[in-house]
Amino acid sequence: MNEDVTRLRRIWDMCAPTATIILMFVIWQVLVGVFHVRQVILPAPSAILEALAAQPGWFMQEGLYTMLTMLIGFGLAVVVGIVLAILIVEVKLLENTLYVLIAALNSVPKVAIAPLFVIWLGTGYGPKIAIAFLIAFFPIVIDSVLGLKSVSKEMLDLASSMRAGQLAQFWRIRLPTALPSIFAGMKVGISLALVGTIVGEFVASDHGLGYIILTAQGTFETAQIFAANILLGAAGIVLFWGMTLLERRCVPWHASQRREM
Amino acid sequence: MTTSVLEAVRSEPKAAAAAPVHIEATGVSKQYGAKGVLALDQVSLSVRDGEFLSILGPSGCGKSTLLRCVAGLERPTGGEIRVHGEPVRKPPANMGVVFQRDVLLEWRSILDNMFLQVDFRGEPRSRYMERAHELLDLFGLKGFEKAFPAQLSGGMRQRAAICRALLANPDLLLMDEPFGALDALTRDQMNLELQKIWSASRRTILFVTHSIGEAVFLSDRVVVMSPRPGRIAMTLTIDLPRPRRMMVREMPEFALYCGQIRALFGDMGLLKDE
Repeated sequence: MNEDVTRLRRIWDMCAPTATIILMFVIWQVLVGVFHVRQVILPAPSAILEALAAQPGWFMQEGLYTMLTMLIGFGLAVVVGIVLAILIVEVKLLENTLYVLIAALNSVPKVAIAPLFVIWLGTGYGPKIAIAFLIAFFPIVIDSVLGLKSVSKEMLDLASSMRAGQLAQFWRIRLPTALPSIFAGMKVGISLALVGTIVGEFVASDHGLGYIILTAQGTFETAQIFAANILLGAAGIVLFWGMTLLERRCVPWHASQRREM
Repeated sequence: MTTSVLEAVRSEPKAAAAAPVHIEATGVSKQYGAKGVLALDQVSLSVRDGEFLSILGPSGCGKSTLLRCVAGLERPTGGEIRVHGEPVRKPPANMGVVFQRDVLLEWRSILDNMFLQVDFRGEPRSRYMERAHELLDLFGLKGFEKAFPAQLSGGMRQRAAICRALLANPDLLLMDEPFGALDALTRDQMNLELQKIWSASRRTILFVTHSIGEAVFLSDRVVVMSPRPGRIAMTLTIDLPRPRRMMVREMPEFALYCGQIRALFGDMGLLKDE
């Protein structure tokens, strides 16, 4: 009896998010039909699906272009962000100079410098990767520094009492301690990287979902704009979910990952 | 009957006095900053091989600082500490440290936590595997080898931390208020277990605590420190039969030792018993 209840609960927990989204689309479809909303203002889900089905290859290709750009930018942000965080924590001088500079630059709206990258890097992959990198880099570096500094003094005392070298302390204690924070930064970073890529495509591009949105706006193909946005939303969910899965694999001990034991 | 038991053990400290010196502190001072707090002031102390010595004092008396200096985690600003005749400049080999917090690594299982030092040294784990299981068995952690620290109670976590400190079979065990965070009952149990393991192996234990009862119960000698600047106010040899059982705490001799220390705290103005 009790087992049945828990099983039902588990099934409900799994289905609830999907059911909510489906319900939202149903209500949307009905409201658009009832109030005769013009398609150029708000297309019904069925119209959006039609737009997607009309050119599936095109959406797929442009979607992959955006994803690839975004992943390169994000990957660079992860590598550079973590390496810089390590240097900032290990080298006192960098903490007082570079880290202060990074914290200050973080308050500049990165989106506002997007046009600069077009001037510097042209209209190809370059500026989009640069913007995705720049926007994802800050949370990663800041959270990683936070994590690397959160090692308790007693923990380091323990390692010293065991006569462990600096490098060994880093690999066996500092890095694992910092991992939950690093993942927190990466989860924020991956969502921002997608935003950055789209902004880059808005500014100057002839490819990608951002480009689709911009051209569809020019021709009032509202359904296409919605189609691209739904794809972006889906991509965002998949990416975040992927990061969470990776986090569970790498940081199974972390409190926020712990299931009831 | 009591007298005969007492006489039997009174010979023990004499035997201990003949043992070679393990830790020798001469005029150790520690000042934080050029004009900062004087945590330790001219502390001299010698601990013999196999002795159980407690450093007792109120918080801020520098007892942990003294232990950290012996552990090589801090450098004294004056005086010198020698371990087996060698001046301490870095953490000595053959030493295990237990801190107030268990500082277990959350991402390592209990067994893996025990192997931390072995991993640091790059030695093969197999060399210590048998001893690891013996220790876990001894401390009632059998069956928890693969458990993670988060799954264990506070007492079990601290037991695991002690197992970790003992794995490499150190001849010196430094314990910095190891049971301070445990509830009273678990604390008593841990005192008994610690006494058992010490009796079996007779390694030197330097034990820092602020509990009078704990210090008297466990130690051969209790060093009482005064607060700021930390100085040795009294050294007390505890002549109580071993192995000591919880009942010892009800003995008049036990009460007398505790009373002496409490009176000293009273003189220092730390205890106002009106």
